[in-house]
Amino acid sequence: MTRIANNIDPTTADSRNSDVMPNAHGMFGEYGGRYVAETLIEPLAELEQAYSHYKDDPEFIAEFDTDLAHYVGRPSPLYHAQRLSQKYAGAQIYLKREDLNHTGAHKINNTIGQALLAKRMGKPRIIAETGAGQHGVASATVAARLGLECVVYMGEQDIHRQAPNVYRMKLLGAKVVPVTSGSKTLKDALNEALRDWVTNVDNTFYIIGTVAGPHPYPLLVRDFQSIIGREAREQMQQQTGSLPDALVACVGGGSNAIGLFHPFINDESVNMFGVEAGGYGLETGKHSAPLNSGRPGVLHGNRTYLMEDDNGQIIETHSISAGLDYPGVGPEHAWLKDIGRVQYDSVTDDEALAAFHELTRVEGIIPALESSHAIAYATKLASTMSSDKKILVNLSGRGDKDINTVAEIEGITI
Amino acid sequence: MSRLQATFENLAKDGRTALIAYVTAGDPHPDLTVQILHTLVEAGCDVIELGIPFSDPMADGPVIQSACERALAHGTSLKQVLNMVEEFREQDTQTPIVLMGYQNPIEVMGMKKFAKQAQQKQVDGILTVDMPIEQAEEAVNEYKKHELDNIFLIAPTTSSERIKHICDHSSGFVYYVSLKGVTGAGNLDTVEVAKNIEEIKKSTTLPVGVGFGIKDPESASKVAAIADAVVVGSAIINEIEAHASDNDKMLGNIKALMSSIRLAMDNSSTNQQQNKEVA
Ligand SMILES: Cc1ncc(COP(=O)(O)O)c(C=O)c1O
Repeated sequence: MTRIANNIDPTTADSRNSDVMPNAHGMFGEYGGRYVAETLIEPLAELEQAYSHYKDDPEFIAEFDTDLAHYVGRPSPLYHAQRLSQKYAGAQIYLKREDLNHTGAHKINNTIGQALLAKRMGKPRIIAETGAGQHGVASATVAARLGLECVVYMGEQDIHRQAPNVYRMKLLGAKVVPVTSGSKTLKDALNEALRDWVTNVDNTFYIIGTVAGPHPYPLLVRDFQSIIGREAREQMQQQTGSLPDALVACVGGGSNAIGLFHPFINDESVNMFGVEAGGYGLETGKHSAPLNSGRPGVLHGNRTYLMEDDNGQIIETHSISAGLDYPGVGPEHAWLKDIGRVQYDSVTDDEALAAFHELTRVEGIIPALESSHAIAYATKLASTMSSDKKILVNLSGRGDKDINTVAEIEGITI
Repeated sequence: MSRLQATFENLAKDGRTALIAYVTAGDPHPDLTVQILHTLVEAGCDVIELGIPFSDPMADGPVIQSACERALAHGTSLKQVLNMVEEFREQDTQTPIVLMGYQNPIEVMGMKKFAKQAQQKQVDGILTVDMPIEQAEEAVNEYKKHELDNIFLIAPTTSSERIKHICDHSSGFVYYVSLKGVTGAGNLDTVEVAKNIEEIKKSTTLPVGVGFGIKDPESASKVAAIADAVVVGSAIINEIEAHASDNDKMLGNIKALMSSIRLAMDNSSTNQQQNKEVA
């Protein structure tokens, strides 16, 4: 039986130790917290209490483990991408195959965990926000399986670019509500989900899809996603006899990245790279890279790095991938950046698109456009390292959902 | 004595309930805000809540969201909002103004600089929607230092323990959110509200204002009978939205709406007063 969280005594641990983060107020250093309207304070406290009880409850843990094994299909494979590695004549590239999970991305690890909490807290209705639609699909999936009502908020612009996922959610019985306010993307869907929650808080559980939002969401999403890193750490040692030299993951809100990174935080020999969406290039201002070019502020219930203008208004972001098109980032990443444990960089739309095609043609794996950012960065990094080094990349999702977007860019009608 | 305290004491002497009007600064245009504020006062409003527009107003319903979008389309900044208060004060030195908004624009200006400027421009209180008491220590101290009242929300979900904690750090008045929901929602349950006001009164002698879901003379007079202040927001903004291109009509309708609400409230509190005297 695996534990969900790493419980380390906070009184003896090093304050830079990620295992003691967040503190009792949900702060990762100066980031995180609970910046919400008063109505949500009590429901968040209830959620925190429920989670701190169930994360150590043997029955809860057993059910989570069983679902991950027999419903999601875990452990997901660790795959040595030999042809890709050879092409760059540098470090060996290994892929953690979250794309092979049921529903096609890492998102399901978290929705399984939160839905089990919803069930135990007696909430018959779940709501979710979604950008790429992967979290929406994963939420609709667990709702169907547990017989819960499900409403998914999705920006109008994302509904257009992720049409296959919208239909999947509907097939699964979820109601997809188009969000037309603001920039009509993920951040606006999050606002709308928070408004729904505040209105229906008695019977509704809000499944947040990434390590953002008010405390305890960044904590519990991290814990549920940490299965990625725990498995990969073991698989890497089994297959290669040692730990990887570097980890690479794309960062939207940051859940697949933190899921991979967290179990390696104390392994000092392991360098970590988070890849944000560089859009048309950082210098154009049209991107989604708050850690690279934003500054700290308060949005969606937590303090973190944001993309904002000089008056503190959140600005519209751009990325080829809907799942990375978000002006904020999980507070733990903000903290990991400041303490220098993780290096955050960015990859442009064009580089991600090239990596999408390359992995498809060289390894026979169609990656999600989000994950393609990580692939692009890993190939660049690999070529600067010797061939006895190892890079572990989180292949967070599969690219079937993106084929319309890619075809459209290339002027092909399918 | 702060303007808020003085206003509430004067109203209490007359047995009247305060009428608080919320509008978003810069909606429909920054040039019109000060005029709208004077109109609200002429119509009988006692306190102004001036909204600082924000791109992501997560506690607000569609009406105030659109108001924010209109204000931001004209580039309304926090600095401009403070200047509007200064301009308002050229003619009106009596009516308290509470700035209401979200934390991020304040952080970008810098909390200390904001507090100092707010005091200089004669703002009276600050209500930051997404800053619950746990996160507010620094803000509370800073605002206090600059003689700004700290206004906090209390919700139907707030526990008795928290109510006490919130009241201990509040001044001016406390703001009870009448329902679980966003601004502009319906379904006000006055029996439930009355019960919760009673609970709040156990923890504080501060006036208790009630907002969210009050939109017409009828709902206002019902709440006036049980609260020290009634907050009306989305109903005013509906008028602004409907007549954004016709200033006279917009100002006329705002005045008519708020006068009718004022009248209904005064009638209701007079009845209350008489009932009390008879009893
Ligand atoms: C496949 C995939 N990867 C990554 C992301 C980005 O989210 P996060 O940064 O939380 O992992 C998404 C979000 O939709 C996704 O679908």
